[in-house]
Amino acid sequence: MKMTPTDRILLLLTGLLAAYQVAVGINGLDEVPIIAYTIGFGVLLVAGLLLIILGFEALDSPVVVVVSTILPLAISLGLVWEHLASLRTAYLVFAIAGFLAVLATRAIPLKSKLPTLVLAVVHGLAGMTIFLLPSILAANRSMRPAFALVGLGGALIGLAGLLLSFLKAGRPIVPRETILKILPSLFLLMSVCFVAGFKFG
Amino acid sequence: MIAAKFTRFWPLIKPSQTGLLLATGIAGYMSAHTAPNFSLLLVMSASLFLAIGGSTIMNMWHDHDIDAKMKRTQKRPAASGELTRGEVFRVGMAVSILGIGWAVTVDALYGFIVFLGWFFDAVVYTLWLKRRTCWSILWGGISGAMPILAGRVLAVGEIEIIGLLLAAAILFWIPTHTLTFSIKFAEDYRAAGVPTFPSTYGLEVTRAVIALSSIIAAASIGVAGVMIGVQAGILRLLIVLSSGLLLLSFATIFRPSERVNFSLFKYASLYMLISMILLSI
Repeated sequence: MKMTPTDRILLLLTGLLAAYQVAVGINGLDEVPIIAYTIGFGVLLVAGLLLIILGFEALDSPVVVVVSTILPLAISLGLVWEHLASLRTAYLVFAIAGFLAVLATRAIPLKSKLPTLVLAVVHGLAGMTIFLLPSILAANRSMRPAFALVGLGGALIGLAGLLLSFLKAGRPIVPRETILKILPSLFLLMSVCFVAGFKFG
Repeated sequence: MIAAKFTRFWPLIKPSQTGLLLATGIAGYMSAHTAPNFSLLLVMSASLFLAIGGSTIMNMWHDHDIDAKMKRTQKRPAASGELTRGEVFRVGMAVSILGIGWAVTVDALYGFIVFLGWFFDAVVYTLWLKRRTCWSILWGGISGAMPILAGRVLAVGEIEIIGLLLAAAILFWIPTHTLTFSIKFAEDYRAAGVPTFPSTYGLEVTRAVIALSSIIAAASIGVAGVMIGVQAGILRLLIVLSSGLLLLSFATIFRPSERVNFSLFKYASLYMLISMILLSI
């Protein structure tokens, strides 16, 4: 499916928001969250630029599954490091091991359901962390209400990941055209939620 | 009448290429973060624009015969016969003298570097080496690196390591552009009898050179950024964008295809433009 000028503009705006977050939005944090958020939003920025350059065909690459795992893992690591001090080391180990597991099960051809299982566990845990942690922190007033927007961004990451997984599996529950049509808007909305959540939360 | 003439002559300067090189010159000036002097910046932009445009017109004048043999370039005014060789030569010389002369009056060292850029492009690259060796692009690259060095020199008053690093970044970015074109339009270059890296060393070596030069360009930008003392956030952004460039460079080597190659070329152009803006902030 050919990318329309509107899709390109939406992806460009996504890239600009991700660039803002990398350059300005995470100033003043500890080293690990800065590294984690830089990786997470950096992936979003570079992915946006590559999509603009290569078109939707870029999504057919097998690298997409691995790269799309980095985003939730990195952002969830940043959140846990900032707000759940007791789980810092454990989550850091999970993030690194989870990424390596996804990488390994995608690099080595396996006929079992292990790659899907690993992906579901890693994506699922990271996605739930991004969705639940900011929502809870906003609900119990540990953070300002706007911080819940980060959770909403996490939910949108989950949705985008789900749609991409369907696309990669070749068995989309919604047509490929529909997925590609909504994907740029979804990316932009997700970025807006993250940037606004981090800034005002 | 004047508008019609302008329309005919305008394509001679390859507006997008000249614009991009001018942008690097402005970025070189802005990278010094000195007190803003807009009139100086304006004069620099005008003189640089004329000098770059002048050397490009001289290239069009001399290469009209090989441009006419290549599909990609045969519609250029000098190649198609829309403008006579004499007209192109006269305009090229006039614009060049105006640009370089103006640059010298602004600042002697700045003017000398602008002249070097013109000389390497119009004389060394175009007149001397382009039809003899594929290594001519090295001199084309050095010429392309001069605007950013000139801009930096005008701002700081001397040739220093940061200016040279910025120039190196452009020098090593240019092969990404020219070599990609020489792969994509290999038939054109063969028909015109212009030696290129793919026709001399093969595709594999050419792709490796493209990837390696992109990596060196990114490293030069990064080191220059650190030495300039850009803010931490800008440095993070540069690292992120450089990672994308490295990713595509490795893909060019390990999963070579025309598509990946062209993507690297497009990304590298975008990367360079964004880097120039970031170094200017």
